[in-house]
Amino acid sequence: MHKLAAFGLSRLRMRILLPYLIAGWSGFFVMAVELLGGRLLAPTFGSSIYVWGAIITIFMLALSLGYLAGGRYSMHAPNVRRLGALLLIAAATVVPILLFGEAMLDAVAIAVPDPRFGSLLASLALFGVPTFFSGMISPYAVRLLVHDPRNAGRHAGQLYFVSTFGSAAGTLLTSFYFVLILEVNQILISLLAISAVIGMTAVMQKGDEVQA
Amino acid sequence: MVLVALAAAAAVHADSPRLLHSERSLYREVLVYQTGDQRCMCFTRNCRVGRQSCMDMKHPDHFELNYTRMMLGALYLKPQPRSVLVIGLGGGTLPRALVRLLPDVSIDSVEIDPAVVRVAEKYFDFSPSERSRVAEQDGRVFVKRAIRERRRYDLIMLDAFDHEYIPEHLLTQEFLREVKSLLAPDGVLAANTFSSSRLYSHESVTYASVFGTFYNLKRENRVIFATNGTLPDLPTIATNSRIHEAKLRTFGIETETLLPLFSTRADWNAKARVLTDQYSPANLLNLE
Repeated sequence: MHKLAAFGLSRLRMRILLPYLIAGWSGFFVMAVELLGGRLLAPTFGSSIYVWGAIITIFMLALSLGYLAGGRYSMHAPNVRRLGALLLIAAATVVPILLFGEAMLDAVAIAVPDPRFGSLLASLALFGVPTFFSGMISPYAVRLLVHDPRNAGRHAGQLYFVSTFGSAAGTLLTSFYFVLILEVNQILISLLAISAVIGMTAVMQKGDEVQA
Repeated sequence: MVLVALAAAAAVHADSPRLLHSERSLYREVLVYQTGDQRCMCFTRNCRVGRQSCMDMKHPDHFELNYTRMMLGALYLKPQPRSVLVIGLGGGTLPRALVRLLPDVSIDSVEIDPAVVRVAEKYFDFSPSERSRVAEQDGRVFVKRAIRERRRYDLIMLDAFDHEYIPEHLLTQEFLREVKSLLAPDGVLAANTFSSSRLYSHESVTYASVFGTFYNLKRENRVIFATNGTLPDLPTIATNSRIHEAKLRTFGIETETLLPLFSTRADWNAKARVLTDQYSPANLLNLE
Protein backbone atom coordinates (compact mmCIF):
# COMPACT_ATOMS: atom_id res chain seq x y z
CA MET A 1 0.00 0.00 0.00
CA HIS A 2 2.61 2.50 1.05
CA LYS A 3 4.67 1.63 -1.97
CA LEU A 4 1.73 2.17 -4.27
CA ALA A 5 0.98 5.44 -2.56
CA ALA A 6 4.57 6.44 -3.12
CA PHE A 7 4.01 6.01 -6.83
CA GLY A 8 1.52 8.83 -6.48
CA LEU A 9 -1.66 6.84 -6.78
CA SER A 10 -4.50 8.64 -5.11
CA ARG A 11 -7.26 6.80 -3.34
CA LEU A 12 -9.59 7.52 -6.25
CA ARG A 13 -7.14 6.14 -8.77
CA MET A 14 -6.81 2.95 -6.70
CA ARG A 15 -10.61 2.65 -6.68
CA ILE A 16 -10.56 2.45 -10.45
CA LEU A 17 -7.30 0.59 -10.85
CA LEU A 18 -7.98 -2.21 -8.39
CA PRO A 19 -11.19 -3.56 -9.98
CA TYR A 20 -9.40 -3.70 -13.34
CA LEU A 21 -6.31 -5.28 -11.82
CA ILE A 22 -8.34 -7.86 -9.92
CA ALA A 23 -10.48 -8.73 -12.95
CA GLY A 24 -7.40 -9.01 -15.19
CA TRP A 25 -5.50 -11.14 -12.70
CA SER A 26 -8.55 -13.31 -12.08
CA GLY A 27 -8.78 -13.97 -15.82
CA PHE A 28 -5.10 -14.97 -15.83
CA PHE A 29 -5.58 -17.15 -12.76
CA VAL A 30 -8.62 -19.03 -14.11
CA MET A 31 -6.98 -19.99 -17.39
CA ALA A 32 -3.68 -20.97 -15.77
CA VAL A 33 -5.54 -23.26 -13.35
CA GLU A 34 -7.64 -24.67 -16.20
CA LEU A 35 -4.56 -25.60 -18.23
CA LEU A 36 -2.86 -27.13 -15.21
CA GLY A 37 -6.12 -28.99 -14.60
CA GLY A 38 -5.39 -31.03 -17.72
CA ARG A 39 -2.00 -31.87 -16.26
CA LEU A 40 -3.47 -32.88 -12.93
CA LEU A 41 -6.12 -35.14 -14.44
CA ALA A 42 -3.95 -36.85 -17.09
CA PRO A 43 -2.22 -39.39 -14.81
CA THR A 44 -5.57 -40.68 -13.59
CA PHE A 45 -7.96 -40.11 -16.50
CA GLY A 46 -5.61 -39.83 -19.46
CA SER A 47 -5.44 -37.09 -22.04
CA SER A 48 -8.40 -38.18 -24.13
CA ILE A 49 -10.48 -35.46 -25.71
CA TYR A 50 -13.30 -36.01 -23.22
CA VAL A 51 -10.96 -35.22 -20.31
CA TRP A 52 -10.46 -31.75 -21.76
CA GLY A 53 -14.20 -31.66 -22.49
CA ALA A 54 -14.94 -32.38 -18.83
CA ILE A 55 -12.52 -29.72 -17.59
CA ILE A 56 -13.81 -27.02 -19.92
CA THR A 57 -17.43 -27.90 -19.12
CA ILE A 58 -16.87 -27.51 -15.38
CA PHE A 59 -14.99 -24.22 -15.81
CA MET A 60 -17.71 -22.77 -18.05
CA LEU A 61 -20.47 -23.98 -15.74
CA ALA A 62 -18.78 -22.67 -12.61
CA LEU A 63 -18.00 -19.32 -14.26
CA SER A 64 -21.58 -18.92 -15.48
CA LEU A 65 -22.98 -19.56 -12.00
CA GLY A 66 -20.30 -17.28 -10.55
CA TYR A 67 -21.38 -14.44 -12.88
CA LEU A 68 -24.92 -14.86 -11.64
CA ALA A 69 -23.89 -14.86 -7.99
CA GLY A 70 -21.41 -12.01 -8.43
CA GLY A 71 -24.09 -9.82 -9.98
CA ARG A 72 -26.46 -10.55 -7.12
CA TYR A 73 -23.79 -9.98 -4.50
CA SER A 74 -22.99 -6.56 -5.98
CA MET A 75 -26.48 -5.37 -4.99
CA HIS A 76 -25.58 -5.10 -1.31
CA ALA A 77 -23.15 -2.37 -0.23
CA PRO A 78 -20.50 -3.13 -2.87
CA ASN A 79 -16.93 -2.10 -2.16
CA VAL A 80 -13.43 -2.93 -3.32
CA ARG A 81 -12.62 -4.74 -0.05
CA ARG A 82 -15.24 -7.36 -0.82
CA LEU A 83 -13.91 -7.68 -4.35
CA GLY A 84 -10.49 -8.37 -2.87
CA ALA A 85 -12.06 -10.92 -0.53
CA LEU A 86 -13.56 -12.77 -3.52
CA LEU A 87 -10.10 -13.03 -5.04
CA LEU A 88 -8.71 -14.34 -1.75
CA ILE A 89 -11.48 -16.93 -1.44
CA ALA A 90 -10.92 -18.10 -5.04
CA ALA A 91 -7.22 -18.55 -4.22
CA ALA A 92 -7.85 -20.23 -0.86
CA THR A 93 -10.17 -22.80 -2.43
CA VAL A 94 -7.31 -23.91 -4.71
CA VAL A 95 -5.32 -25.04 -1.64
CA PRO A 96 -7.26 -28.36 -1.31
CA ILE A 97 -6.10 -29.22 -4.85
CA LEU A 98 -2.52 -28.98 -3.62
CA LEU A 99 -3.16 -30.96 -0.46
CA PHE A 100 -5.65 -33.65 -1.47
CA GLY A 101 -5.76 -33.49 -5.28
CA GLU A 102 -4.13 -36.83 -5.98
CA ALA A 103 -6.05 -38.74 -3.31
CA MET A 104 -9.29 -37.19 -4.56
CA LEU A 105 -8.56 -38.14 -8.18
CA ASP A 106 -7.79 -41.74 -7.27
CA ALA A 107 -10.94 -42.00 -5.17
CA VAL A 108 -13.10 -40.66 -8.01
CA ALA A 109 -11.44 -42.97 -10.57
CA ILE A 110 -12.26 -45.99 -8.41
CA ALA A 111 -15.82 -44.85 -7.62
CA VAL A 112 -16.65 -43.91 -11.23
CA PRO A 113 -15.14 -46.38 -13.72
CA ASP A 114 -16.35 -44.48 -16.82
CA PRO A 115 -13.49 -42.04 -17.49
CA ARG A 116 -15.84 -39.46 -19.03
CA PHE A 117 -18.02 -39.04 -15.98
CA GLY A 118 -15.06 -39.71 -13.73
CA SER A 119 -13.15 -36.77 -15.16
CA LEU A 120 -16.29 -34.62 -15.03
CA LEU A 121 -16.82 -35.39 -11.35
CA ALA A 122 -13.12 -34.93 -10.58
CA SER A 123 -13.08 -31.55 -12.35
CA LEU A 124 -16.13 -30.49 -10.37
CA ALA A 125 -14.56 -31.54 -7.08
CA LEU A 126 -11.21 -29.88 -7.79
CA PHE A 127 -12.06 -26.77 -9.79
CA GLY A 128 -15.77 -26.04 -9.28
CA VAL A 129 -15.49 -23.87 -6.16
CA PRO A 130 -12.46 -21.71 -7.06
CA THR A 131 -13.83 -21.10 -10.55
CA PHE A 132 -17.22 -20.16 -9.16
CA PHE A 133 -15.67 -17.47 -6.95
CA SER A 134 -13.48 -16.29 -9.82
CA GLY A 135 -16.63 -15.90 -11.90
CA MET A 136 -18.16 -13.62 -9.26
CA ILE A 137 -15.37 -11.08 -9.76
CA SER A 138 -16.19 -9.58 -13.18
CA PRO A 139 -19.81 -8.51 -12.58
CA TYR A 140 -18.88 -7.28 -9.11
CA ALA A 141 -16.03 -5.21 -10.55
CA VAL A 142 -18.37 -3.70 -13.16
CA ARG A 143 -20.60 -2.52 -10.34
CA LEU A 144 -17.68 -0.77 -8.64
CA LEU A 145 -16.70 1.04 -11.85
CA VAL A 146 -20.10 2.20 -13.06
CA HIS A 147 -21.38 5.41 -11.48
CA ASP A 148 -23.35 6.67 -14.44
CA PRO A 149 -25.55 4.32 -16.52
CA ARG A 150 -24.43 6.18 -19.69
CA ASN A 151 -20.91 4.85 -19.12
CA ALA A 152 -22.00 1.35 -18.14
CA GLY A 153 -21.34 -0.23 -21.53
CA ARG A 154 -17.92 1.39 -21.84
CA HIS A 155 -16.83 0.22 -18.40
CA ALA A 156 -18.20 -3.27 -18.98
CA GLY A 157 -16.38 -3.40 -22.30
CA GLN A 158 -13.11 -2.28 -20.76
CA LEU A 159 -13.51 -4.77 -17.96
CA TYR A 160 -14.19 -7.66 -20.36
CA PHE A 161 -11.12 -6.54 -22.28
CA VAL A 162 -8.88 -6.60 -19.23
CA SER A 163 -10.30 -9.86 -17.92
CA THR A 164 -10.14 -11.74 -21.21
CA PHE A 165 -6.74 -10.28 -22.05
CA GLY A 166 -5.59 -11.61 -18.69
CA SER A 167 -6.99 -15.01 -19.65
CA ALA A 168 -5.05 -14.96 -22.92
CA ALA A 169 -1.85 -14.05 -21.09
CA GLY A 170 -2.42 -16.75 -18.47
CA THR A 171 -2.99 -19.36 -21.16
CA LEU A 172 0.06 -18.44 -23.20
CA LEU A 173 2.55 -18.00 -20.39
CA THR A 174 1.47 -21.18 -18.59
CA SER A 175 1.51 -23.46 -21.62
CA PHE A 176 4.59 -22.01 -23.34
CA TYR A 177 6.88 -21.19 -20.46
CA PHE A 178 5.79 -21.93 -16.88
CA VAL A 179 5.50 -25.70 -17.41
CA LEU A 180 9.03 -25.72 -18.81
CA ILE A 181 10.50 -24.13 -15.69
CA LEU A 182 8.28 -25.09 -12.76
CA GLU A 183 6.37 -28.05 -11.41
CA VAL A 184 2.58 -27.91 -11.57
CA ASN A 185 2.24 -27.33 -7.82
CA GLN A 186 4.94 -24.66 -7.85
CA ILE A 187 3.00 -22.77 -10.53
CA LEU A 188 -0.20 -23.08 -8.48
CA ILE A 189 1.56 -21.78 -5.35
CA SER A 190 2.96 -18.82 -7.31
CA LEU A 191 -0.52 -18.01 -8.60
CA LEU A 192 -1.90 -18.18 -5.06
CA ALA A 193 0.83 -15.86 -3.79
CA ILE A 194 0.04 -13.23 -6.41
CA SER A 195 -3.69 -13.52 -5.69
CA ALA A 196 -2.92 -13.07 -1.99
CA VAL A 197 -0.91 -9.89 -2.57
CA ILE A 198 -3.51 -8.31 -4.87
CA GLY A 199 -6.43 -9.47 -2.72
CA MET A 200 -4.87 -8.17 0.51
CA THR A 201 -4.14 -4.81 -1.14
CA ALA A 202 -7.83 -4.49 -1.96
CA VAL A 203 -9.00 -5.73 1.43
CA MET A 204 -6.86 -3.12 3.18
CA GLN A 205 -8.38 -0.22 1.25
CA LYS A 206 -10.12 2.30 3.44
CA GLY A 207 -13.07 4.39 2.44
CA ASP A 208 -16.75 4.55 1.84
CA GLU A 209 -19.04 2.15 0.12
CA VAL A 210 -19.87 2.87 -3.50
CA GLN A 211 -23.02 4.98 -3.65
CA ALA A 212 -26.05 3.26 -5.04
CA MET B 1 11.73 -43.34 -77.56
CA VAL B 2 8.21 -42.14 -76.92
CA LEU B 3 7.21 -45.61 -75.76
CA VAL B 4 10.14 -45.74 -73.36
CA ALA B 5 9.19 -42.34 -71.99
CA LEU B 6 5.59 -43.42 -71.58
CA ALA B 7 6.60 -46.61 -69.84
CA ALA B 8 8.87 -44.63 -67.54
CA ALA B 9 6.04 -42.23 -66.77
CA ALA B 10 3.74 -45.14 -66.00
CA ALA B 11 6.34 -46.67 -63.69
CA VAL B 12 6.74 -43.36 -61.86
CA HIS B 13 3.00 -43.15 -61.57
CA ALA B 14 2.76 -46.63 -60.09
CA ASP B 15 5.39 -45.72 -57.51
CA SER B 16 3.91 -42.42 -56.39
CA PRO B 17 1.88 -42.71 -53.18
CA ARG B 18 -1.81 -43.31 -53.63
CA LEU B 19 -4.15 -42.12 -50.88
CA LEU B 20 -6.40 -45.06 -49.96
CA HIS B 21 -8.08 -43.61 -46.93
CA SER B 22 -8.23 -40.44 -44.89
CA GLU B 23 -10.29 -39.54 -41.91
CA ARG B 24 -10.21 -36.90 -39.26
CA SER B 25 -10.48 -38.71 -35.96
CA LEU B 26 -10.96 -37.21 -32.51
CA TYR B 27 -7.20 -36.82 -32.19
CA ARG B 28 -5.64 -36.45 -35.62
CA GLU B 29 -5.88 -37.18 -39.28
CA VAL B 30 -5.48 -40.88 -40.03
CA LEU B 31 -4.20 -41.51 -43.55
CA VAL B 32 -3.42 -44.66 -45.49
CA TYR B 33 -1.05 -44.38 -48.46
CA GLN B 34 0.11 -47.08 -50.80
CA THR B 35 3.31 -46.84 -52.83
CA GLY B 36 3.76 -49.87 -55.05
CA ASP B 37 3.20 -52.78 -52.70
CA GLN B 38 3.97 -50.84 -49.55
CA ARG B 39 1.03 -49.58 -47.57
CA CYS B 40 1.57 -47.13 -44.71
CA MET B 41 -0.49 -45.51 -41.98
CA CYS B 42 0.38 -41.87 -41.39
CA PHE B 43 -0.83 -39.16 -39.08
CA THR B 44 0.46 -36.33 -41.26
CA ARG B 45 0.25 -35.50 -44.97
CA ASN B 46 4.03 -35.56 -45.08
CA CYS B 47 4.10 -39.32 -44.89
CA ARG B 48 7.83 -39.74 -45.23
CA VAL B 49 8.57 -38.54 -41.69
CA GLY B 50 5.36 -39.54 -40.00
CA ARG B 51 4.95 -43.21 -40.93
CA GLN B 52 3.29 -45.02 -38.07
CA SER B 53 3.07 -48.45 -39.54
CA CYS B 54 3.85 -50.02 -42.91
CA MET B 55 3.03 -53.31 -44.55
CA ASP B 56 4.27 -55.01 -47.70
CA MET B 57 1.07 -56.24 -49.34
CA LYS B 58 2.90 -59.15 -51.01
CA HIS B 59 4.69 -60.12 -47.79
CA PRO B 60 2.40 -59.00 -45.00
CA ASP B 61 4.55 -60.61 -42.29
CA HIS B 62 7.61 -58.65 -43.31
CA PHE B 63 8.56 -55.82 -40.94
CA GLU B 64 8.94 -52.67 -43.03
CA LEU B 65 10.08 -50.19 -40.43
CA ASN B 66 13.33 -50.35 -38.49
CA TYR B 67 11.80 -49.46 -35.17
CA THR B 68 9.32 -52.34 -35.21
CA ARG B 69 12.23 -54.69 -35.95
CA MET B 70 14.10 -53.24 -33.01
CA MET B 71 11.05 -53.61 -30.76
CA LEU B 72 10.99 -57.37 -31.34
CA GLY B 73 14.51 -57.46 -29.91
CA ALA B 74 12.57 -57.62 -26.62
CA LEU B 75 12.34 -61.36 -27.30
CA TYR B 76 16.11 -61.59 -26.77
CA LEU B 77 15.47 -60.58 -23.17
CA LYS B 78 12.22 -62.49 -22.74
CA PRO B 79 12.02 -65.27 -25.35
CA GLN B 80 8.70 -66.79 -24.28
CA PRO B 81 6.36 -64.13 -22.88
CA ARG B 82 2.96 -65.55 -22.13
CA SER B 83 1.20 -62.24 -21.52
CA VAL B 84 1.94 -59.08 -23.48
CA LEU B 85 0.59 -55.53 -23.25
CA VAL B 86 0.98 -53.29 -26.31
CA ILE B 87 0.32 -49.57 -25.66
CA GLY B 88 -0.33 -47.83 -28.99
CA LEU B 89 -1.69 -50.08 -31.72
CA GLY B 90 -0.80 -48.27 -34.96
CA GLY B 91 -1.32 -50.73 -37.81
CA GLY B 92 -1.20 -53.63 -35.37
CA THR B 93 2.18 -54.89 -36.63
CA LEU B 94 3.47 -55.91 -33.19
CA PRO B 95 0.46 -57.91 -31.93
CA ARG B 96 0.03 -59.50 -35.36
CA ALA B 97 3.63 -60.73 -35.37
CA LEU B 98 3.58 -61.88 -31.74
CA VAL B 99 0.48 -64.01 -32.32
CA ARG B 100 2.27 -65.71 -35.24
CA LEU B 101 5.47 -66.16 -33.32
CA LEU B 102 4.23 -67.34 -29.93
CA PRO B 103 1.47 -69.94 -30.02
CA ASP B 104 0.47 -69.55 -26.37
CA VAL B 105 0.68 -65.79 -26.05
CA SER B 106 -2.16 -63.64 -24.77
CA ILE B 107 -2.04 -60.00 -25.89
CA ASP B 108 -3.80 -56.87 -24.74
CA SER B 109 -3.45 -53.88 -27.05
CA VAL B 110 -4.51 -50.41 -25.93
CA GLU B 111 -5.24 -47.69 -28.46
CA ILE B 112 -6.72 -44.32 -27.60
CA ASP B 113 -8.07 -43.59 -31.08
CA PRO B 114 -10.99 -45.76 -32.28
CA ALA B 115 -10.26 -44.62 -35.86
CA VAL B 116 -6.78 -46.18 -35.69
CA VAL B 117 -8.29 -49.50 -34.59
CA ARG B 118 -10.77 -49.41 -37.48
CA VAL B 119 -8.07 -48.57 -40.00
CA ALA B 120 -5.76 -51.30 -38.65
CA GLU B 121 -8.53 -53.84 -39.11
CA LYS B 122 -9.59 -52.66 -42.55
CA TYR B 123 -6.25 -51.88 -44.20
CA PHE B 124 -3.58 -53.70 -42.18
CA ASP B 125 -4.99 -57.16 -41.76
CA PHE B 126 -5.25 -56.80 -38.01
CA SER B 127 -7.95 -58.96 -36.49
CA PRO B 128 -8.63 -59.03 -32.76
CA SER B 129 -9.31 -62.45 -31.30
CA GLU B 130 -9.58 -64.19 -27.96
CA ARG B 131 -5.79 -64.22 -27.73
CA SER B 132 -5.31 -60.71 -29.07
CA ARG B 133 -7.70 -58.19 -27.57
CA VAL B 134 -7.96 -54.43 -28.14
CA ALA B 135 -9.10 -51.82 -25.62
CA GLU B 136 -9.98 -48.36 -26.93
CA GLN B 137 -8.63 -46.41 -24.00
CA ASP B 138 -5.90 -44.11 -22.78
CA GLY B 139 -2.79 -46.18 -22.03
CA ARG B 140 -2.27 -44.81 -18.55
CA VAL B 141 -5.90 -45.35 -17.55
CA PHE B 142 -5.56 -48.97 -18.71
CA VAL B 143 -2.33 -49.46 -16.75
CA LYS B 144 -3.79 -48.02 -13.53
CA ARG B 145 -6.83 -50.23 -13.79
CA ALA B 146 -4.77 -53.33 -14.60
CA ILE B 147 -2.68 -52.69 -11.46
CA ARG B 148 -5.84 -52.49 -9.37
CA GLU B 149 -7.00 -55.78 -10.89
CA ARG B 150 -3.60 -57.26 -9.97
CA ARG B 151 -2.79 -58.29 -13.53
CA ARG B 152 0.80 -58.96 -14.57
CA TYR B 153 2.50 -58.92 -17.97
CA ASP B 154 5.73 -60.64 -19.03
CA LEU B 155 6.27 -58.04 -21.72
CA ILE B 156 4.98 -54.48 -22.08
CA MET B 157 5.57 -52.69 -25.39
CA LEU B 158 5.19 -48.92 -25.29
CA ASP B 159 4.70 -47.52 -28.77
CA ALA B 160 2.56 -44.45 -28.21
CA PHE B 161 4.76 -41.58 -29.37
CA ASP B 162 5.04 -39.93 -32.74
CA HIS B 163 7.00 -36.98 -34.03
CA GLU B 164 4.05 -34.64 -33.85
CA TYR B 165 2.85 -35.30 -30.36
CA ILE B 166 3.96 -37.12 -27.21
CA PRO B 167 1.36 -38.04 -24.60
CA GLU B 168 3.32 -36.45 -21.78
CA HIS B 169 1.71 -38.54 -19.05
CA LEU B 170 3.26 -41.65 -20.64
CA LEU B 171 6.79 -40.36 -20.17
CA THR B 172 6.96 -39.63 -16.46
CA GLN B 173 8.67 -41.33 -13.54
CA GLU B 174 5.30 -42.10 -11.95
CA PHE B 175 4.04 -43.78 -15.13
CA LEU B 176 7.20 -45.87 -15.47
CA ARG B 177 6.84 -46.96 -11.84
CA GLU B 178 3.28 -48.02 -12.60
CA VAL B 179 4.47 -49.95 -15.66
CA LYS B 180 7.19 -51.60 -13.59
CA SER B 181 4.67 -52.71 -10.99
CA LEU B 182 2.54 -54.20 -13.79
CA LEU B 183 5.47 -56.33 -14.99
CA ALA B 184 5.80 -59.91 -13.77
CA PRO B 185 9.10 -60.71 -12.02
CA ASP B 186 11.85 -60.36 -14.65
CA GLY B 187 9.27 -58.90 -17.04
CA VAL B 188 10.49 -56.62 -19.83
CA LEU B 189 9.49 -53.14 -20.95
CA ALA B 190 10.22 -52.27 -24.58
CA ALA B 191 9.72 -48.61 -25.41
CA ASN B 192 9.94 -46.96 -28.81
CA THR B 193 10.99 -43.33 -28.34
CA PHE B 194 13.29 -40.60 -29.67
CA SER B 195 16.98 -40.44 -30.36
CA SER B 196 17.37 -36.72 -30.82
CA SER B 197 16.42 -33.40 -29.22
CA ARG B 198 16.82 -32.15 -25.68
CA LEU B 199 14.26 -34.71 -24.60
CA TYR B 200 16.82 -37.52 -25.00
CA SER B 201 18.66 -36.76 -21.75
CA HIS B 202 15.49 -36.06 -19.78
CA GLU B 203 13.95 -39.32 -20.95
CA SER B 204 17.12 -41.28 -20.22
CA VAL B 205 17.49 -40.09 -16.63
CA THR B 206 13.78 -40.74 -16.06
CA TYR B 207 14.10 -44.37 -17.21
CA ALA B 208 17.32 -44.78 -15.23
CA SER B 209 15.64 -43.45 -12.08
CA VAL B 210 13.04 -46.24 -12.25
CA PHE B 211 14.85 -49.16 -13.90
CA GLY B 212 18.55 -48.52 -13.28
CA THR B 213 20.64 -49.79 -16.20
CA PHE B 214 18.77 -50.51 -19.43
CA TYR B 215 19.54 -51.45 -23.01
CA ASN B 216 19.48 -48.56 -25.43
CA LEU B 217 19.21 -49.31 -29.16
CA LYS B 218 19.63 -46.39 -31.52
CA ARG B 219 19.00 -45.89 -35.19
CA GLU B 220 16.68 -43.19 -36.49
CA ASN B 221 14.47 -44.14 -33.56
CA ARG B 222 15.46 -45.20 -30.12
CA VAL B 223 14.28 -48.37 -28.44
CA ILE B 224 14.73 -48.97 -24.72
CA PHE B 225 14.64 -52.40 -23.06
CA ALA B 226 14.33 -52.38 -19.28
CA THR B 227 13.42 -55.13 -16.85
CA ASN B 228 11.69 -55.60 -13.55
CA GLY B 229 14.61 -57.59 -12.16
CA THR B 230 18.17 -58.13 -13.30
CA LEU B 231 19.02 -57.06 -16.83
CA PRO B 232 20.24 -60.11 -18.83
CA ASP B 233 23.89 -59.69 -19.87
CA LEU B 234 25.01 -59.58 -23.50
CA PRO B 235 26.04 -63.27 -23.71
CA THR B 236 22.56 -64.27 -22.50
CA ILE B 237 21.00 -61.91 -25.07
CA ALA B 238 23.15 -63.49 -27.80
CA THR B 239 22.12 -67.00 -26.72
CA ASN B 240 18.43 -66.03 -26.56
CA SER B 241 18.63 -64.43 -30.00
CA ARG B 242 18.89 -67.87 -31.58
CA ILE B 243 15.58 -69.10 -30.17
CA HIS B 244 13.33 -67.35 -32.68
CA GLU B 245 16.05 -66.57 -35.22
CA ALA B 246 14.63 -68.50 -38.18
CA LYS B 247 11.12 -67.17 -37.78
CA LEU B 248 12.25 -63.62 -37.15
CA ARG B 249 14.32 -63.74 -40.33
CA THR B 250 11.11 -64.30 -42.32
CA PHE B 251 9.87 -61.07 -40.73
CA GLY B 252 13.00 -59.30 -42.01
CA ILE B 253 14.64 -59.20 -38.60
CA GLU B 254 18.30 -60.20 -38.74
CA THR B 255 20.16 -61.15 -35.60
CA GLU B 256 23.43 -59.82 -37.01
CA THR B 257 21.88 -56.37 -37.51
CA LEU B 258 20.00 -56.23 -34.24
CA LEU B 259 22.53 -57.65 -31.75
CA PRO B 260 25.25 -55.02 -32.27
CA LEU B 261 22.72 -52.30 -31.43
CA PHE B 262 22.37 -53.48 -27.82
CA SER B 263 24.20 -51.02 -25.59
CA THR B 264 24.09 -49.97 -21.95
CA ARG B 265 26.34 -46.95 -22.43
CA ALA B 266 24.94 -43.86 -20.69
CA ASP B 267 25.46 -41.34 -23.51
CA TRP B 268 23.32 -38.60 -22.02
CA ASN B 269 23.57 -35.71 -19.63
CA ALA B 270 23.06 -37.38 -16.24
CA LYS B 271 22.20 -34.02 -14.67
CA ALA B 272 19.08 -33.51 -16.81
CA ARG B 273 15.87 -33.04 -14.89
CA VAL B 274 13.76 -36.18 -14.32
CA LEU B 275 10.30 -35.99 -15.92
CA THR B 276 7.48 -36.35 -13.40
CA ASP B 277 3.72 -35.86 -13.36
CA GLN B 278 4.52 -32.44 -11.88
CA TYR B 279 7.14 -31.62 -14.51
CA SER B 280 6.53 -33.12 -17.94
CA PRO B 281 7.01 -30.59 -20.77
CA ALA B 282 8.06 -33.42 -23.13
CA ASN B 283 6.63 -31.79 -26.25
CA LEU B 284 8.35 -28.48 -25.51
CA LEU B 285 11.65 -30.28 -24.87
CA ASN B 286 11.21 -32.18 -28.13
CA LEU B 287 10.94 -28.97 -30.20
CA GLU B 288 14.70 -28.64 -30.61
